[in-house]
Amino acid sequence: MHKIESKNVNFYYGETQALHDITLSMKENTVTALIGPSGCGKSTYLRLLNRMNDLIDKTHLNGEIYIDGHNIYAKNTNVDDLRKNVGMVFQKPNPFPKSIYENVAYGLKVNGITDKKVIEERVITSIKQVALWEEVKDKLHKSAFELSGGQQQRLCIARALAIQPSILLMDEPTSALDPISTTKIEELIYELKNNYTIVIVTHNMQQAGRVSDNTAFFYMGELIEYDKTKNLFTNPKKERTQNYITGRFG
Amino acid sequence: MKKENRLAKVKRRNQSIAFGLFQLISYSIVALLFIILAFIVIKGFSVISWEFITEMPKEGMTQGGIYPAIIGTLCLVLGSMLFAFPVGVLAAIYMNEYVKDGWGKKIIKQMTNNLAGVPSIVFGLFGMALFVNKLEFGDSLLAGSLTLGLLVLPVVIRTTEESLKAVDDTFRHASLALGASKWQTTSRVVLPIAFPNILTGLILSIGRVSGETAPILFTVAAYFLPKLPTSIFDQAMALPYHLYVISTSGTNIEASRAMAYGTALILIIIVLVSNLLANALRKYFGKKVKMN
Amino acid sequence: MYFCGENKITDLKTNFKQIKEKVIETILMLSSATTSITVVLIVFFLFIEGVGVFNKKPIEEGFLLAVHPSNTIKKLEPAQIKDIFDKKITNWSALGGKNEPIVPFRTEDITEFYSEEELGENFEHFPEKIDEYVSKTPGVIAFFSEKYKSNNFHGRELDINKITVREFLSGEEWFPTAHPVAQMGVKPLILGTLWVSFGAILIALPIGLAAAIYLSEIARKRTRNFLKPLIELLAGIPSVVYGFFGLVVIVPLVQDVFNLPVGETGLAGSIVLAIMALPTIITISEDAMNNTPRAMKEASLALGASHWQTIYKVVIPYSASGITAGAILGIGRAIGETMAVLMVTGNAAVIPHTLLAPVRTIPATIAAELGEAASGGMHYKALFALGCILFIITFCINMLVEVVTHRNSHKKH
Repeated sequence: MHKIESKNVNFYYGETQALHDITLSMKENTVTALIGPSGCGKSTYLRLLNRMNDLIDKTHLNGEIYIDGHNIYAKNTNVDDLRKNVGMVFQKPNPFPKSIYENVAYGLKVNGITDKKVIEERVITSIKQVALWEEVKDKLHKSAFELSGGQQQRLCIARALAIQPSILLMDEPTSALDPISTTKIEELIYELKNNYTIVIVTHNMQQAGRVSDNTAFFYMGELIEYDKTKNLFTNPKKERTQNYITGRFG
Repeated sequence: MKKENRLAKVKRRNQSIAFGLFQLISYSIVALLFIILAFIVIKGFSVISWEFITEMPKEGMTQGGIYPAIIGTLCLVLGSMLFAFPVGVLAAIYMNEYVKDGWGKKIIKQMTNNLAGVPSIVFGLFGMALFVNKLEFGDSLLAGSLTLGLLVLPVVIRTTEESLKAVDDTFRHASLALGASKWQTTSRVVLPIAFPNILTGLILSIGRVSGETAPILFTVAAYFLPKLPTSIFDQAMALPYHLYVISTSGTNIEASRAMAYGTALILIIIVLVSNLLANALRKYFGKKVKMN
Repeated sequence: MYFCGENKITDLKTNFKQIKEKVIETILMLSSATTSITVVLIVFFLFIEGVGVFNKKPIEEGFLLAVHPSNTIKKLEPAQIKDIFDKKITNWSALGGKNEPIVPFRTEDITEFYSEEELGENFEHFPEKIDEYVSKTPGVIAFFSEKYKSNNFHGRELDINKITVREFLSGEEWFPTAHPVAQMGVKPLILGTLWVSFGAILIALPIGLAAAIYLSEIARKRTRNFLKPLIELLAGIPSVVYGFFGLVVIVPLVQDVFNLPVGETGLAGSIVLAIMALPTIITISEDAMNNTPRAMKEASLALGASHWQTIYKVVIPYSASGITAGAILGIGRAIGETMAVLMVTGNAAVIPHTLLAPVRTIPATIAAELGEAASGGMHYKALFALGCILFIITFCINMLVEVVTHRNSHKKH
């Protein structure tokens, strides 16, 4: 069974159709990269997977998206619980104006975990998971804003991991970071792959090549090509993909 | 060539005359502010003493202090804020975080604007008709506080809404993406970030409430009442009304002039302090909240 | 699949969370409805009380006016009755009746015609004596309590015109406590309000505009950051303090400069209101000017226009609607202002012909008289009717501002 399965997804912002008939499946514990020029719909698609697009007025969706075999747009879906299962990391690091510890603990608290020991244990595990522990263990109760951009982004990943999701969505997670921080995040993604299904939007093709197993190429709201990353980059089947990865547009 | 030169000169001369005039006018307005303040501070300073703020008025309000008026105003500020602050903040949260754009929101917005435009004396009439007569609270702190509370409600809503708008959406998204509900997101992330600005609005509305006279004329204010209110159904004296009374219709206007200067100074001090405090808070937190 | 709620415990928890969210949302919604409800209640209470003044006779409840049975006059206007008792009309012929001198009579006048013994110890003979007096005096017009009307009263009760909206608005005399009939003409009050407010705007608008131009276009940023909060501070000073300042400084000043018998005049009110309206006008106009696109200003400067030419040919026309909004809002504030005006305008309820005489505004009238008006009485209701007028005027002004600024924002997008 596929972890994530989209069937004929059409998505509209008001009158404008942003996604055309997307059918796409992802296996458990793989990394899927979504690439394409800006405005192609890759971020929109990503945000459908945890229903973040619900926050925008006057949008609607046709088609079905299944996670673990359950249609997440079905009526009986609890969106809060869905989002607990599908973590998200944003383009710019966005820690809350709280302490480092509180940032990671936040997701646990809002999901009803009150046992302080459990919280502390999970916070520490998550921070260790993102390889931030050595850097922050002495200042857990300092403001998260004191960290560097790269550290903040890793903290945001730790925050998402703390509530033990099975899927992790990453929306251009390194676009605001310097190369060294980017490398660290990429290494992290490689590690996390063992336990999580990861979907990452990026417009850095080298990054897609480095971190992903599969790559989907979006263009003008359509899924042009979806294949093993190796194949897509070395032997694209569609001309548009070819043009994009060789840098002729975008 | 010569003609052009002259034209340029005329142009320049006109400009410097106009600019000079505008500058003069602008500084005159500020000078006026200082004149008003200085006038009241100088004349009122000698009146203010420990006795002035802790004693009852005596001798037909020409001697003694203004203690009951200060206490009355404090009670009114407290009472009106107990009503307006929670209601206003909750209303603003609904407007900014919950309701989607549409006619419902438009109506609420328009009505809030309309309420903000209602003259304060009309609030006085309304407070008298509803709270004093219809609900039979009588002339009381309760009636006065509710009337004042309704008067500042639009101010509280507006400043809170602005504070909420200033909170970056990425915080909301981050919280929602972690499975937090709307209310959890609002109460645990958005409100703490917006809090300093909301507080600033609260302090400014305190300044506003403490100086309002017309709404309390017929809902609570007592002309002369040398005792403190003991319950919310008691009448009370209040600073602005006291100033009005002793400067226009006291038993001996000339003799109570000094008292009037003192009262005006206390009022000015309250307004200035709340303004300065609000500005200081805004500056202090402004630095802290900004991220990255 | 925990997010679709399969086992019962998560189901319960989820339900509880959802119910809590719903309850909270309802509370929030109710809070946000408070302002709307208040506006509706204000309209309701104001108009319920205010409308009560119309279609009623402006005579004190339980009292009546009567004339000799042979008198041909059946009905009189409130103003005519007042003139009769003020002895300004002295013959019935002036009112279209017979040529007969008018003899006004009030209850207390009875002692002039009858001794105390005749009236009885507890005035028990009042009714018959009044009847007797009215019957034998052809020119009489008598004002007395219903309880003194005898069972076989020979006089004829006079009909008084009810107060109509039209009379209320166009009546030129405001004397709500007058006996025997109250004079409920609000024209002097409306005109007084408008005169004082427009006077204030005439003073404040040019000054405010000049300051707004200076702050927005000429002053350096540091100067602006220094001046602006101070000007905004002017808006924070309570109106009663302005009133007090006006009373002790501006009123004597006006009196000296114009050599007037009293300084409490419309002009004093206008000056105080102008000072109070300045922050509103400056803030709103300055915002409008700041919104002028940089490109437009640069285009003008690039064409060789001087800075000053650019301001009055580009910036001011561009921000015209914002400036208008500021001016209208300033007028609105001035019209509704109570305490400051009450303290400095002298409060004479006469139709104003000059700003150098005392005038009385609507808010000042309400503030000054409501305390003395018996709750539920004629006077009380008339003051609420004044409140209605004030509410309607300010409501229209706010709507106008809305329209003006709305048009403006359309232009920009």
